[in-house]
Amino acid sequence: MTTVVKTPRAPAPASGGAGAPGPRAKRSLLRRILGRQPLGLLFSSPYLVFVLAVFAFPIVYSVWISFHDFFFAAPGANPARPFVGFDNYIAAFSDPQVIRSFGNVGIFLLINVPLTVVLSLLLASALNRVVHARTFLRVSYYVPYVTASVAVVAVWLFLFNGNGLVNTVLGPLAPDPSWLINDKLAMPVIAIYVTWKQLGFYILLYLAALQNLPKELYESAATDGAGAIRRFFSVTVPGVRPATLLVLLVSTVTGANLFTEPYLLTGGGGPNGASATPVLLMYQLGIQQGQPDVASAIGVVLVIGVLIIAFLQNRFVGERES
Amino acid sequence: MTTTTNLTDDELSGPETPDARIRTLRHRRVSGWTRTQTIVRGVVLGLGAVVFLFPFYYMVVGALQKSPDPTIAGAFPNPANLTFDNFVNVNERINLVSGLVNSGIFTGGVLLCTVVFGVLVGYALAMMKWRGARATFALALLVQVIPFQLLQIPLYVLIARDYGLADTHIGMILPFAINSTAVIIFRQYFLQLPKELFEAARIDGAGEIRLLWSIALPLVRPALVTAVLLTFIGPWNEFLWPFLITKDAALQPLAVSLANYISTVAASTDNPFGAILAGATVLAAPVVVLFIVFQRYFVSNDLGSGVKG
Repeated sequence: MTTVVKTPRAPAPASGGAGAPGPRAKRSLLRRILGRQPLGLLFSSPYLVFVLAVFAFPIVYSVWISFHDFFFAAPGANPARPFVGFDNYIAAFSDPQVIRSFGNVGIFLLINVPLTVVLSLLLASALNRVVHARTFLRVSYYVPYVTASVAVVAVWLFLFNGNGLVNTVLGPLAPDPSWLINDKLAMPVIAIYVTWKQLGFYILLYLAALQNLPKELYESAATDGAGAIRRFFSVTVPGVRPATLLVLLVSTVTGANLFTEPYLLTGGGGPNGASATPVLLMYQLGIQQGQPDVASAIGVVLVIGVLIIAFLQNRFVGERES
Repeated sequence: MTTTTNLTDDELSGPETPDARIRTLRHRRVSGWTRTQTIVRGVVLGLGAVVFLFPFYYMVVGALQKSPDPTIAGAFPNPANLTFDNFVNVNERINLVSGLVNSGIFTGGVLLCTVVFGVLVGYALAMMKWRGARATFALALLVQVIPFQLLQIPLYVLIARDYGLADTHIGMILPFAINSTAVIIFRQYFLQLPKELFEAARIDGAGEIRLLWSIALPLVRPALVTAVLLTFIGPWNEFLWPFLITKDAALQPLAVSLANYISTVAASTDNPFGAILAGATVLAAPVVVLFIVFQRYFVSNDLGSGVKG
C-alpha cells in the first residue's frame, strides 16, 4: 500500500524548493527531521490542521466534557466547570429513555446489518454477471444512496402513512396502528428503509471485491461439478470476506449513528420513544435541553459499544492470517 | 454440469489475445449457468430495480398531482391532471431558491477546499518523501470510520458557541471542508502516474507546484471528477450539522428547510404531501441528474480503493 515511502529513490539534486535554502549543515539537519522533501509536510499542513481541529481535538474535548459539569456559556465567558467524575454517565443511564434508545439501536442493527450483507452480496454477484442493461441496473441501485435522506424520507412517509399506498395495497392486512406509529413496527420500518437507502454503496464495495476474484476458481469449481449455489458458497462467499468485513463495519457505524430517519420518519423517535436512538437523544438532551455533558456521556458509551462490536466483527470475520 | 451456452456470461472480459479467446470459449462451456438461472437472475435484478426506482417515480408523480392520491390509481395518474401547483405552494413556505443557493454555497465551499487542499495532500502522500507521510495516510483512513455524530456536541460547542460561527456559511462548511475519501482517491491516482516523468521534470528544475499543476493534475482528471462527485453528495445531502448550526431560515440549506417543513407542517396540514414531495423533488433532482450524467465515473474500483485504502 504505502510503497512510496519504502522505495528508495535516487536523490533528486535540484528538487525544486525542497526545504529552506541555507547552509548545507542546516539543510541536512532539517532533512533528517522532516524527511527528504519537507515540502510534503507543507502541502499536507492544511489537511493536518483540519483533521486536528475537526476530529482529534473534538474527540478529546467530548470525553473531557463528559467528565465535567458542562453547560453552554456566552462566547468569551469562562465559567467554572468542575470535574464531576461519572455523574454525567450516572445521570444518562438512570434515564429509562436512554436505556431504551440503546435497545432500539440494537434492534435496528440486528435487522439492518444481516439484511444489508445478504442482499448486497446477492445483488452484487447477480449484477457482476449481467451484461444487458448493466448501466441501467447499476444506476437504479445507486440512486437511493446518492439522494438526500430528507428527500427520500418524504416519499416513505407518503408510502407508509395510515392511508398510504402500502396500506391500500395490503387492504385488510395493513397493521393497526399503522407502520410508523406502531411501537412494534416503527424501528423495523426504519431499519428496512436504511437498508434500502444504503444498499447501493455496499453493492459497490462487493462489486469491486468480486471483480478481483480469479475467474479460474469458478471454472475449476464448475468443472468439478459444483452447481451455482455451491459455487456461491464455496467460491464467492470466502473470496469476498475482506469486503464483508468492511460492509459489516461500515453498516454498524452508520447504524449506530442513526439520526435523520427517526427524527423525520417517526416524528422524533416516536411513538413514545420506540424509535428514539442515542444520537437523537444526544441532540434532544445536549442541544435542545442544554445538557451537553450528559449528551457527551451517551456519545462516549455509544462509541465504546461500536468499538466492541467492530472488534468482535474483526475477530470473527476478518482474515485470521493477517 | 451444463453445456448450455450462455452468451451473457463472459463477454465482459473482452478477449483480446487468442489465448484469452480460447480461455473464454472454454470458460463459456463450463461456466455452469443454465438458461433458467440466467432468467431467474434477470427477473431478480429487474424486480430489485423496480423496488429501488419506484419511490423516485412516486415522488415525482406525487409532486405533480394537485392532492396526491394514495390509492393504486394515484400512482398512474392521467397526464392531463398533472400540475406544478405544489412547487408554487412549497416555494411560498420554504423559499426553494434561497435553500438551493445555501446548499450550493455549502457544497461549493466544501468542494473548493477538498479539491485545493485534498489534491495538495494527495500529491504529497503519493509523490514526496517526508516524515509523517505514513501517519498522515493512516489518519486519512482512520477519519473515515469516526462517526460524525459523536462530534456533534463538541463541534457545536466549539463552532457555534466559542467561535460564534452559528448561522454562517463558514460554520456550516468547516467540519466537512476536506473530504478524506477524496484525499485517498487523489493519492491512489497520483501513485499510478509514472515516476520517471516526475524525476525527469525535477531534474529539469521544475518545482513541485509546477509538477503538480502542469503534469500531475492534467493526468488525473478522471480522479477529479470521481472525487468531486463523491464529495458533492456529502454536504448536499447532509442534514444534522447544518440543522444544528443554522436557526436563521434565510441561511438554511434546502435539506434543512425541507426537513423543518416536514416536521412542523406535516402534522398540521390536511394533505401536506403534495408540497412535501415537490420540495423533495427539488432537493433530489440536482444530485440524481449529476449522478446519471457522470455515472461512469462512479466506478466500484475507485470508490472501493477509496474506502479500503
